[in-house]
Amino acid sequence: MFENLSYLALQQYWWVIISLLGALFVFLTFVQGGQTLLYTIGKTPNERTMLVNTLGRKWEFTFTTLVTFGGAFFASFPLFYATSFGGAYWVWIAILFFFVIQAVSYEFRTKPGNFLGRKTYEAFLFLNGAFGTILIGTAVGTFFNGAEFSLNDMNNVHWETPYRGLEAVLTFHNVALGLSVFFLARVLGALYFMNSVDSAMVLERSKRQVLLNAIPFLVVFLYFLIYLLLKDGFAYNAEGVYIEKYKYLNNLLELPVVAVLLLLGVVGVLYGIAVALLKKSTSGIWFAGGGTVLTVFALFLIAGLNGTAFYPSAFELQDSLTIENASSSHFTLKVMSYASLGVPVVIAYIWWVWKAMNSKKIDEAEMQDEDSHAY
Amino acid sequence: MLETIDLSLVNWSRAQFALTAMYHWVFVPLTLGLAVIIAIMETLYVKTGDVEWKKITKFWMTLFGINFAIGVATGIILEFEFGTNWSNYSWFVGDIFGAPLAIEGIFAFFMESTFIAVMFFGWNKVSKKVHLTATWLTAFGASLSALWILVANAWMQNPVGMHFNPETVRNEMINFWEVLFSPTAIYKFLHTITSGFVLAGVFVIGISSWFLLKKREVVFARKSIVVAAVFGIVSSIYLAFTGDSSARDIAQNQPMKFAAFEGLYNGSEGAGLIAMGFMSTTETDPSNENLLDFNMKIEIPNILSYMAYMDWNAFVPGINDLIDGNEKYGYMSADEKIERGKVAMAKLKAFKEAKDQDNEQLAERLKTEFMDPDFQQNYFSYFGYGYLTDKNMLIPNVPLSFYSFHVMVGLGFYFIVFFCFALFYALKGRLEQKRKFLRLAIWSIPMAYLASQAGWIVAEVGRQPWVIQDLMPTVAAVTKISSSAVQTTFWLFAIIFTLLLIAELKIMFRQIKIGPKMDGGQH
Ligand code: HDD
Ligand code: HEM
Ligand code: HEM
Repeated sequence: MFENLSYLALQQYWWVIISLLGALFVFLTFVQGGQTLLYTIGKTPNERTMLVNTLGRKWEFTFTTLVTFGGAFFASFPLFYATSFGGAYWVWIAILFFFVIQAVSYEFRTKPGNFLGRKTYEAFLFLNGAFGTILIGTAVGTFFNGAEFSLNDMNNVHWETPYRGLEAVLTFHNVALGLSVFFLARVLGALYFMNSVDSAMVLERSKRQVLLNAIPFLVVFLYFLIYLLLKDGFAYNAEGVYIEKYKYLNNLLELPVVAVLLLLGVVGVLYGIAVALLKKSTSGIWFAGGGTVLTVFALFLIAGLNGTAFYPSAFELQDSLTIENASSSHFTLKVMSYASLGVPVVIAYIWWVWKAMNSKKIDEAEMQDEDSHAY
Repeated sequence: MLETIDLSLVNWSRAQFALTAMYHWVFVPLTLGLAVIIAIMETLYVKTGDVEWKKITKFWMTLFGINFAIGVATGIILEFEFGTNWSNYSWFVGDIFGAPLAIEGIFAFFMESTFIAVMFFGWNKVSKKVHLTATWLTAFGASLSALWILVANAWMQNPVGMHFNPETVRNEMINFWEVLFSPTAIYKFLHTITSGFVLAGVFVIGISSWFLLKKREVVFARKSIVVAAVFGIVSSIYLAFTGDSSARDIAQNQPMKFAAFEGLYNGSEGAGLIAMGFMSTTETDPSNENLLDFNMKIEIPNILSYMAYMDWNAFVPGINDLIDGNEKYGYMSADEKIERGKVAMAKLKAFKEAKDQDNEQLAERLKTEFMDPDFQQNYFSYFGYGYLTDKNMLIPNVPLSFYSFHVMVGLGFYFIVFFCFALFYALKGRLEQKRKFLRLAIWSIPMAYLASQAGWIVAEVGRQPWVIQDLMPTVAAVTKISSSAVQTTFWLFAIIFTLLLIAELKIMFRQIKIGPKMDGGQH
């Protein structure tokens, strides 16, 4: 079935998959957001135990989605993988570091003899939640604002600043995206607690956190979005890469489906927040989560489709990466596309397991029960 | 094309990769093997309904969980390290190499991490049968992830199913099945997962022996030992066979690695196998510090020829034959390979220049010449040699390869005997009296880890200087970055991984001391 697709169509197909993975990842950062709220929402050790355990059943999905995002990017757009990871070295190392410390924390936190002490693992969870989200958001911001690299005749990357990617924080627009992801993750985390923990106090405090984080989220995100739509963008055609006025706005106008997705997404997020605050509903996570997926999906799509360079070089415009010059060969994309057909199966069993495991809300009684593997 | 190379950068990058990979590999084999052992134990529980088996399953599952978490923590670094530290490599071969990594993520990692949740939290949430299925799927997912990463690694050792595209200046996949079913990949996969099985078998027997020495949990310990010993005997025998097949594969595809780990300097017909040997500490060849002579060795004649080529009298090339060439047996000298590599590079460069100057005709002609099967066979296959400045760079660290290999193989045979005794004593019901054996069993645990690490040292040190055999040396693969940056991250990872390892060991020891609980314990 992929045999008849043109090279370009496959490149677009893979950009869509990457976008979808990125979007799912941002939704799943409710785990990270929740981690930053453990002490704000959980006032007693028992409450914190419930919070950690409800996140503890989900953190692996977020983590694995990040790993798969990396792997899929490597397979489909290896030049991006080589350029960005090797070039913006410090940013990616920092992100990795904050995920390494997360991975052991759930399992080790309350185990006797855990050497570093419970507080350290809780600090690890907080650091992962805060820096993991902010740094990834900031790094993705460079998709719209460019990065300081050039490529030689062997396509090997040279980074043009000694800060190796950390200079991205000097562009406020990047940081705005980082902060948006951070506050959004906290909103989603609080919504997830409302949905999965059976405790009146947790519910009340989570609700408050939804409000408290929704406000800064809306401020930075709207700044990010409006600035994006008004700024110049990096376009390309057969001649090369060039700057186009209102490129990202134009992309939305020229790809109305994407514009609709973006709109639906933003409405979904707002609706999820609203039902949680106004209607005492505990299903806000589904609307806000779905909205997050659509919004991020749309943002990724306008970063790479419609003749847009998705990883622009602010240093040497012509070295900018596009889905056409950074992709794998036609053959590899075809092979990988067949592999992608397995994804629905994977999603189906994840869905089934999620249902089976979350059918009943977490409560204190369950935490006392030795048989349920409490973290 | 080749810029000045900072050797200290290359070495720090290698050190960092070795550090992170070897840390990862501390945890991975136990994950691979213990998952299967647990699944077998739970199957026994579901089949017999005997709650003793449930208690046994849950105890080992607790240890599994502790080990698994840190396996995940160390794995993510590796996944991205190809980009951060080997970015030139990632572009040069990403077209082929990325695919298995992506497939691994999509299929294997999700399977592992999804069903592990059911395995740990699902005891009261799903039926017994579903739970058992989840446990088996976790084990299956772990081995599946091993498959894909090892396909990737095997491809680096023996690049197949691809061609070089001068337009994009990279290697591109032309046959996925060749990559997946390359014999190198199959042997590597089988040998590596069975090595994990063996390690886990030794682990279970060793810890159960500790309980027996303390006269605690005798029934639990004996049952665990029976399962682990049966599983271990099968796995360790299979391990020896797959190791032998790997060795034969290497003799064909990586003769230098083979010569290095066998300690064979001068090739001969009917070559002998050095069963044991000690190298002198004084250098014998002033031109290369890697070539040390033997002070003492025990050699069994003709065995090596048979092992490598299934022919008692076949010629096996030694290191010197591969470097200086050997006309009689048709081995090209290293200098000649370097020359040919440089010819291939020069043609590529000429092609690129013609393209840059928009000289389409010349470019087209050069490309045709470059892609000509004859040129590919006789020149391009030595492309990587063009990066080398000195033929001695082609010799890996011989003592390290030799000792690692012999330690691994020696222990491999030891484990077969060990498992047989464990099973024999257990079935005779005499284990508790064999206190020496029980102590030996505890000491066998570190030996299994040693063998396992030694295996990767053979595989990875032995292929130096290549990242991709004959196509790309490490010096050309590395990300251009200041070596102090890599030094910093090396220490960063060294410290954090060491801290986490200490934490893991302390938690693990504590959980063992607490012992199995009827109601399932903390887990
Ligand atoms: C033969 C087996 C094997 C080998 C050689 C490697 N791994 Fe591994 N890896 C596993 C077998 C495994 C595993 C058994 O599947 C792990 C161990 C613990 C775990 O959680 O899964 C794992 C975990 C694991 C994870 C975390 C997965 C998650 O999200 O759950 C990543 C990202 C990697 N590995 C990546 C790598 C890379 C890039 C390697 C190459 C250098 C590598 N591994 C070598
Ligand atoms: C987990 C098991 C593994 C261990 C313990 C291991 C061990 C090592 C060691 C010791 C080195 C350094 C060799 C030297 O510099 O002399 C190394 C390098 C390397 N290995 Fe592995 N390795 C493992 C798996 C893999 C896999 C599965 C791959 C590829 C998919 C891989 C790719 C590399 C690369 C790219 C380097 C760096 C280049 C080099 O120094 O050769 N390794 N590894
Ligand atoms: C019984 C005799 C054994 C033989 C003949 C043998 C042979 C080999 C050979 C030739 C290699 C190199 C493969 C390569 O470079 O690609 C290798 C690698 C390896 N061995 Fe063994 N081995 C044996 C026992 C063991 C034992 C006991 C363990 C650990 C418990 C082990 C673990 C490994 C590992 C982890 C590797 C690296 C992965 C690979 O390259 O396959 N081996 N072995």
